[in-house]
Amino acid sequence: MSNQTGSVGVVTPQRFVFEQPLQLDCGRSLPHYELMVETYGRLNAQASNAVLICHALSGDHHAAGLHAPDDKKPGWWDNCIGPGKPIDTDRFFVVALNNLGGCKGSTGPTSLNPETGLPYGPDFPLLTVSDWVRSQARLADRLGIRQWAAVIGGSLGGMQVQQWSIEFPQRVRHAVVIASAPELSAQNIAFNEIARQAILSDPDFHGGHYAAKGVVPSRGLKLARMLGHITYLSDEAMRAKFGAELKSATPAFNFDVEFEVESYLRHQGQSFVDRFDANTYLLMTKALDYFDPARDAGGSLLAAYRKASARFLVIAFSSDWRFSPARSREIVRALVAAGREVSYALIDSQLGHDDFLMPIAQYHGVLRAYLQRVAEEVA
Amino acid sequence: MNTAAPLRADLAALSPWIPEGSRILDLGCGDGTLLAHLAATQKVRGYGLEIDPANVRAAVARGVNVIQADLDEGLSDFANGAFDVVVMSQALQALQRPDAVLAEMLRVGQTAIVTFPNFGHWRVRAALLAGRMPVTPSLPAGWFDTPNIHLCTVADFEALCKARGWKVSRRALLDRRHRGGLAIRLLPNLFCEQALYELRAG
Repeated sequence: MSNQTGSVGVVTPQRFVFEQPLQLDCGRSLPHYELMVETYGRLNAQASNAVLICHALSGDHHAAGLHAPDDKKPGWWDNCIGPGKPIDTDRFFVVALNNLGGCKGSTGPTSLNPETGLPYGPDFPLLTVSDWVRSQARLADRLGIRQWAAVIGGSLGGMQVQQWSIEFPQRVRHAVVIASAPELSAQNIAFNEIARQAILSDPDFHGGHYAAKGVVPSRGLKLARMLGHITYLSDEAMRAKFGAELKSATPAFNFDVEFEVESYLRHQGQSFVDRFDANTYLLMTKALDYFDPARDAGGSLLAAYRKASARFLVIAFSSDWRFSPARSREIVRALVAAGREVSYALIDSQLGHDDFLMPIAQYHGVLRAYLQRVAEEVA
Repeated sequence: MNTAAPLRADLAALSPWIPEGSRILDLGCGDGTLLAHLAATQKVRGYGLEIDPANVRAAVARGVNVIQADLDEGLSDFANGAFDVVVMSQALQALQRPDAVLAEMLRVGQTAIVTFPNFGHWRVRAALLAGRMPVTPSLPAGWFDTPNIHLCTVADFEALCKARGWKVSRRALLDRRHRGGLAIRLLPNLFCEQALYELRAG
């Protein structure tokens, strides 16, 4: 149904340098910043077929294709982006970037602070979703894109989509908000806080200056990721995947890995430590926590969405408890009340929040059907 | 919009009741045919609610605003008086509480348009007289697998409206080809197969 089509092949990330200072919501400004970007497909002559992909907490600019022919793993959303795929690179010019504050090449805590010549580390300013969107708008300017045919994102990416539609209404034709929420719940913020405390209380954290000490707060970052993973999966999915089986015939009565799920979580935690920066993780979770377009519009989500003019597609997953369908319905309700055009699909799913990355037939079917119309509109 | 396919007869019958340019909510919108038709021909704007995933996908493909929802959970996503017209075609008899949904339609809409098969039709009565549950052109499913759990006659429906104080502002009682006729005018509850009603809150 959704996965029978091609790959964008080998792609080379591009670095975009922005010398004009970016004023941030925290009051500080970045004098200079860089964004790592990948693009797939071709921008048409009217520059009307561009699609922006916004990534989630741990995502980056490598959304599709391979970096080398013998890469084992393609980009994080390769099952959805490519020739003939729901986000069809034969029809769209697809732009994916590593957000500001990231650790995959865009300016972030691991970059050098021009004022000190040392890595920013914990001195990198905390960012908001709006900061990201404004940095992405400059990228659009640079690429010659006045209006995105669609801005698409899941989870934290869906928050960027919402922010785009509210902050730059004329620049977003269609907004596709997947497995997201109009703001975090107290429970969500609580999970983020435990993840942050795990990092902050790691003796190797050194107030965020761990790089200068030549160490990594790996225990804290690992714990943060292990906790995150529990919330990205449903109870049923974990039961199906791991059960409560011991790895050996009898209990060993110690704290080594005894159950399959322990082994899985430790592996996920460790592989995350190898590829992610703790200061970036802290920053990303804060950006999630701060997102609240209603707060910016006098406490009313409806008032926030009155500013938007895009058409919306909102998608939620039945087994997602981290960003439950009820949260997506809040978005839909506010959009309807604001008189905006919106469609909503609830995808029957098993895995949990992570389902937004899965090639579920109904999910990709709805996305494909929607984007085919978008492609016809902008052709 | 796709207007090439001919509109289902009951939808064709109710379309003229919907004012040009109105804001509508279509409950059980299926693949979005009615909304697409009304948008193309009468500049109608609005949303469809649909529970079936394949229909949701088809409606999205048609370019209508479709919101996946279960009508039995009510219309709490919508504000009082948010729509000019709330339409529900051939879904009344499949609801857990048809009366509750009708009340919701009249809360969010100025008018409610409802269509349903008349269980008082003579074919139904004949089947029951013969001691069997009816299987008719309008009600083709067997008793064990029918989605229709709350069937009513035209007389039952009007009694409910009266009891709840809902005003019938328009009605059309038709045969299964959605035509009227002398027999239906004389004995509506016996000869009507498809009923169309427009209601207003009292």
